Amino acid sequence: MSEVTLDGVSKRFGATQAVSDLSLTVDDGAFVVLLGPTGAGKTTTLRLVAGLERPEVGRVRIAGRDVTRESPAQRDVAFVFQQYSLYPHMSVFDNLAFPLRSPARPTPEGTIVQKVNEVAELLRISDKLEQRVTKLSGGQMQRVAIGRALVRSPSIYLMDEPLSSLDAKLRAELRIELKRIQGELGATILYVTHDQMEAMTLGSKVGVIENGRLAQVGTPRQVYENPRSIYVAARLGSPPINLVPRAMFPEIDMPESTITVGARTEHAHISKANGRRASGRVTWVEHLGDQDHLHVDLGEHDFVTLADPDSALVPGDDVAVALTDPLFFNAAGERVRA
Amino acid sequence: MAEIRVERLHKSFQGFVAVQNSSFVVEDRSFFVMLGPSGCGKTTTLRMIAGLELPTDGRILLDGKDVTFKRASERDIAFVFQLFALYPHMNVRRNIGFPLVSMRMKRADVSARVEEAARILRITELLDRPVSGLSGGDRQRVALGRAIVRRPMAFLMDEPLGALDSELREVMCGELRGLHDRLKATTVYVTHDQTEAMSLGDKIAVMSNGMIEQMGAPREIYDRPSSVFVADFIGSPPMNLLTFNDSLEPGRGSVRVGQAEVGIPAPREAMAGRDLVLGVRPEHVRLNDGARLRGEVLGTEYLGTTQIVTVTTTNGVVKARLPSTLKASIGDSVGLEFRPDRISLFDAGSGRAIRTALYDHVQATEPAHV
Repeated sequence: MSEVTLDGVSKRFGATQAVSDLSLTVDDGAFVVLLGPTGAGKTTTLRLVAGLERPEVGRVRIAGRDVTRESPAQRDVAFVFQQYSLYPHMSVFDNLAFPLRSPARPTPEGTIVQKVNEVAELLRISDKLEQRVTKLSGGQMQRVAIGRALVRSPSIYLMDEPLSSLDAKLRAELRIELKRIQGELGATILYVTHDQMEAMTLGSKVGVIENGRLAQVGTPRQVYENPRSIYVAARLGSPPINLVPRAMFPEIDMPESTITVGARTEHAHISKANGRRASGRVTWVEHLGDQDHLHVDLGEHDFVTLADPDSALVPGDDVAVALTDPLFFNAAGERVRA
Repeated sequence: MAEIRVERLHKSFQGFVAVQNSSFVVEDRSFFVMLGPSGCGKTTTLRMIAGLELPTDGRILLDGKDVTFKRASERDIAFVFQLFALYPHMNVRRNIGFPLVSMRMKRADVSARVEEAARILRITELLDRPVSGLSGGDRQRVALGRAIVRRPMAFLMDEPLGALDSELREVMCGELRGLHDRLKATTVYVTHDQTEAMSLGDKIAVMSNGMIEQMGAPREIYDRPSSVFVADFIGSPPMNLLTFNDSLEPGRGSVRVGQAEVGIPAPREAMAGRDLVLGVRPEHVRLNDGARLRGEVLGTEYLGTTQIVTVTTTNGVVKARLPSTLKASIGDSVGLEFRPDRISLFDAGSGRAIRTALYDHVQATEPAHV
């Protein structure tokens, strides 16, 4: 295992600048998650580390060695894709053993058996080793795909939305498994997703990607609590942060350059007006399965917070909305400090 | 548009029972979701409604007419599959118009209908493009266009978003619901994904082993699961289930879980000492140092506004959704408190929900047998 560094890397496809001047260090044993929407450049970044793409500018280093010009095989990385491409005619065992039987890495059969058994145990698929992979469920197949990366001990595991083809329940289970396995192995992982829940729960660090640039990197808590821009603030949080013009809250003392006030559930205190001046009206309580969202019509803005399960607020209620320590942003969308 | 009525539907394949005695009504203009794990019989049920499979027993009525043994082509239903099979050599316009051309509709009418479908799906600018260059989402929109253009009495959809990546799936989910709100076409939708079911369905039928476990509005199923299976299948994380042994009697407002007396909604039936299951949603769990029900913090997952704290107790694992400002560290000994009026109780043996004040307005009839 070892540290991976991207140093001022850029990559262009025709007219599209996929990655611009991106610098990032993945520490040895870290679980770094790149979060961004489709087309932000996160998969390209991963492919640059893998050696599946070459940057026009910048360097890629693994354990201090410059690998920018090396082939994927020379780089000693393992890649897990979104679609598990397993060999359908082989058993689970043979699929897992495949990377070790490659002519590039001659491995004694005894070692292979030992390694496959270890990984199968880690992934809790020991009882499936003799089965054809086509007999497995989606979750089990994805475990085998991850296992195929784990049988090797590469310097870094690169994972491109490996859980996204699974349903919600399975995704939640495998998320916990993956985190456990990473901890047990002390593995270094660079993981790409558009799912903020995955990013927050898996990552020891989260890097938010915006138009090929790294907008911010930090622990999930740092990025969530101290976003550097509106873009970053809006990528994390469910329900998303409310962004309202400063004029909505004349009573708040805020920096001169503030244009937009950002308020999450934890910044807002919403209570029945009861004769006080009402700032809005509850329009609906949206039931989403895992949480309820409270919608307040606030001077034509739909102000959404996580509903308190004990709250007695119902649609039609006039409410006062008070903010404590909200976030402030200037005209460029950058955070300004109070 | 039409109502779909399914009566005592049954299907077995060489001794294997795929669908058992299933009855339900899909109301006109509603969005009905069949939700369950693979092998639960949801796709088989859908295929019988479509006429792609014949039932072993039972009836299917479409707009009041018995279509049980009618061919698929005689049912005036449009089927949307998971893998959208488009004709690669045709452009978008010809792909969408194809069902009408094969019905020998006049060219001018076909053209008008295709334009209309494209407008509804907001893909007008794609009409003259070849389908080969389209993104996954646009291909799925074209497949939907081919269903819409026929103006069928009902749409049947078998995991239509299953092949898309998860980000696109969320987008298409919103589009499908928007499309339904505009067209108000009777739709039966099959999925194993509870998030899709919750956000799309007017009504959800949760299926397991060929039977409908529960049928109702998303909120109803979430708040008042009729069995342990449903409680565990719905929710993210799902409902916490704690096993204990006690008696129930109408009027007694608590049960004994381990060392603790836990408040519950008033039971409406009596049960002598037996194994029971207490169900509580993660958002209805609080940490309270004074509480008698105790456990140890196994882990925390930071989610921003909230965190999921996992606590092990002698009666089972409890996941609590708590404000992330609350400090909880691995290994802490904590007391657990549940919101009494939102607790579900189940009989451990049969898995069925026990009637309590929480379930008062739920109809007593078994939903699977209308």
